[in-house]
Amino acid sequence: MSGQRKGNLQKALNVFGPFIGLIFVIAIFALIPEIQDRFLRVGNFKSVATQSVIVALGALGMTLVVISGGIDLSAASNIALASVISAYAINAGATPLVGVALGILVGGLVGFLNGSLITKLRLVPFIITMSMMGIARGAAKWIAGNQKIDAPMTWVNELMAKSPRPSWLLMAPGIWIVIAFAIVMAVVLRRTVFGRHVFAVGSNESAARLCGIRTNRAKILIYTISGLFCGLAGVMEFSRLTVGDPTVAVGLELDIIAAVVIGGGSLNGGEGSILGSMIGVLIMSFLRNGCTMMGWPNYIQEIIIGVIIIVAVSLDHLRHRKEA
Amino acid sequence: MTDSSAAPVLRMVQVSKTYGATRALDDVTFEVRRGEVHALLGENGAGKSTMMKILSGAVTPDSGRMLLEGRPYAPANPLDGLRRGISMIYQELNLAPHLTVEENIMLGREVHGLGWLDRRAMKARVREVLASVHHPEISPDALVGKLSVGAKQIVEIARALLNKSRIVVMDEPTSSLSDEDSARLFEIVRGLKAQDVSVVYISHFLEEVQKVADAYTVLRDGRNVGSGTMDGSSLEDIIQLMVGQKFTERFPHVPHEKGAVAVSLKELKGVRMASAVSLSVAKGEILGIAGLVGSGRTEMLRTMFGLDSLESGGMVVSGAATAKAAPWTRIKQGFGLLSEDRQGEGLALPMSLADNVTLSAYAPYRRHGLLSLARQQKAAADWIARLNIKARGPLQKVQGLSGGNQQKVALARLLHQKAEVLLLDEPTRGIDVVSKAQIYEWMGELAGQGKAVLFVSSYLPELLGVCDRIAVFFRGGLVDVRDAARWDAQSLMAAATVGRAPGV
Repeated sequence: MSGQRKGNLQKALNVFGPFIGLIFVIAIFALIPEIQDRFLRVGNFKSVATQSVIVALGALGMTLVVISGGIDLSAASNIALASVISAYAINAGATPLVGVALGILVGGLVGFLNGSLITKLRLVPFIITMSMMGIARGAAKWIAGNQKIDAPMTWVNELMAKSPRPSWLLMAPGIWIVIAFAIVMAVVLRRTVFGRHVFAVGSNESAARLCGIRTNRAKILIYTISGLFCGLAGVMEFSRLTVGDPTVAVGLELDIIAAVVIGGGSLNGGEGSILGSMIGVLIMSFLRNGCTMMGWPNYIQEIIIGVIIIVAVSLDHLRHRKEA
Repeated sequence: MTDSSAAPVLRMVQVSKTYGATRALDDVTFEVRRGEVHALLGENGAGKSTMMKILSGAVTPDSGRMLLEGRPYAPANPLDGLRRGISMIYQELNLAPHLTVEENIMLGREVHGLGWLDRRAMKARVREVLASVHHPEISPDALVGKLSVGAKQIVEIARALLNKSRIVVMDEPTSSLSDEDSARLFEIVRGLKAQDVSVVYISHFLEEVQKVADAYTVLRDGRNVGSGTMDGSSLEDIIQLMVGQKFTERFPHVPHEKGAVAVSLKELKGVRMASAVSLSVAKGEILGIAGLVGSGRTEMLRTMFGLDSLESGGMVVSGAATAKAAPWTRIKQGFGLLSEDRQGEGLALPMSLADNVTLSAYAPYRRHGLLSLARQQKAAADWIARLNIKARGPLQKVQGLSGGNQQKVALARLLHQKAEVLLLDEPTRGIDVVSKAQIYEWMGELAGQGKAVLFVSSYLPELLGVCDRIAVFFRGGLVDVRDAARWDAQSLMAAATVGRAPGV
């Protein structure tokens, strides 16, 4: 009887564990008198959410990659490339919809290349995606002629607007897009055969092969999905900046990976969740937001986020050891 | 040559060691004389490696004592053992592939002045020791990773000799060597003997033991069941000692009848198989596959299942010829493989029981692209009940289950995917007696349902007790296939260890 209750408590803790971290971070800043009222304003929450959109989209794909036991270091370069492609197309006279689609597709193509090279050359994802990080960044700079690409203002630039045009939307369309895709991806991971295969590949690739899972096909699909989300994130980046900037988002891949890891993803594969990753993104965004309000310099934020990652992962580790 | 009256260089007296519930060594007494090659024999799990770990200092015995040249010997760790002159040459080579021959041989014993390496002195020492094992052609500067397996073995031996050993322990030294390299190894062993060094020689290949050893000791179930000199004993005597009377154990027999041919291999050869194999198995038949570890049994199963790629030949599956196929195609054709490596390959340990049982056949639980978790869990719960798996429920992670129950989960997966040809690689390894008997019974039932069962095992009594026919592999090739009634423990052991067996 008590075992059952303990099991339920454990389950609740597993689900709400990351939430506790998020509430903890919000509570700390909410208790500091100097910024209390500014921090707790609805408008501030909206702007934190808007600032989270790009990392969140990247993290949706990265969660799959990490669960499958891989890593995608090319994510941020891919975002920059997609933003440049979208700006370039719209600037060249394509309709905004075509520009957006092209950005997303190029992102997907980079992901497909990642997956194909990893499976065909049998090299570790770290090496392939690290190389792709340079290739995609270089391609972005090349296409953009090593400068920012201007593009006419269109509805695309409204995707990241803090006060959306149809005001009943309440939040930037980008936030709704993230929420919608987060739900889709959570369902895909938990309730589809493909999702089970992602977990199986990450938890024991040999066993997955033995069970007749086409592990190579699954991996190519996983990296392609990650690339598509980077493409979408690139579109959002373009929307936010109103230009295509090939030098944007340098180092952002580490923020994305950090979010997934804070949310319970294991770099050994087999573990992770969409909800956890999204909370990981919010924890980092709120930290940045609070630190900025406090007027703390950038380096303080960097140190705090580093500490948070270590704390989050070691707590997770501790929880797993107890479980075993 | 050997003076049999010479005092023993090593005596182990009434040594015992218990791991959890298993008594690995039970009151074992063992003597090795100076300059003697002493073969240590026994089946897998008989206690040979525990004994050698105690000798080297890697494991401390629960009771008993050891005397080395008449003085008490109680090593606290392997370095202690090494200092007292006991060198181990392990089956899996312990060399650093990125370092040179010289660096490997001198590792931990570098000649130096104030931390500066004296490379010239070291190289001279290495040349000297390589010459003493009749292999001056191995360059001290060669990278060990680039050497052949045989040369690596020589480097390993040279390292042991540098140590001025009194006793060299060789654990399955020829299992990875060609015949030619083996012959050279025997020469080295004789050279050691001439230098009054004793050798404890562990091997499954009885013929080579007969060639190289002076004396033997047989372990069975952690006990010394007999020692003697090689001259005074026949191979048959030794095999009888190794097998004991275990094959009178009872095996539950479920009646089943042989039907049409299910699968036949036509000169099938995979990339990791030493030679092509032709063999067939019928519906309703249990075909046993005997042979030592590394004899090619596992490689054949993996090639059949598409896990190893096919090099030549093919397979006829229920009348239709098939060539190359990937595991998912084989699963569709009705194959199921139970891996010998349960933890590394057989199961996804961090995943739930329900996932592990249904991993190879999710289709029944998919509707409109979504999985019905409730139905998946119900199916897993059914199998838990049917195979009597002791678990908290279908959502429990497999890593928390005992070995026997994990194996049942792996078996449940094959049954769940409705496999018609079951390739079972060591299905009873490392599980308790009760679970073993259950698995034998299911194998009989499955054959009764008209399924074809291939049963690979290193444990001869279970093959004799369960199978209809038994095929024996030796050094990469199929030696012989006979009805189980025409085999006995001795002839099976002889075929697996010598490569030929008298007719029965």
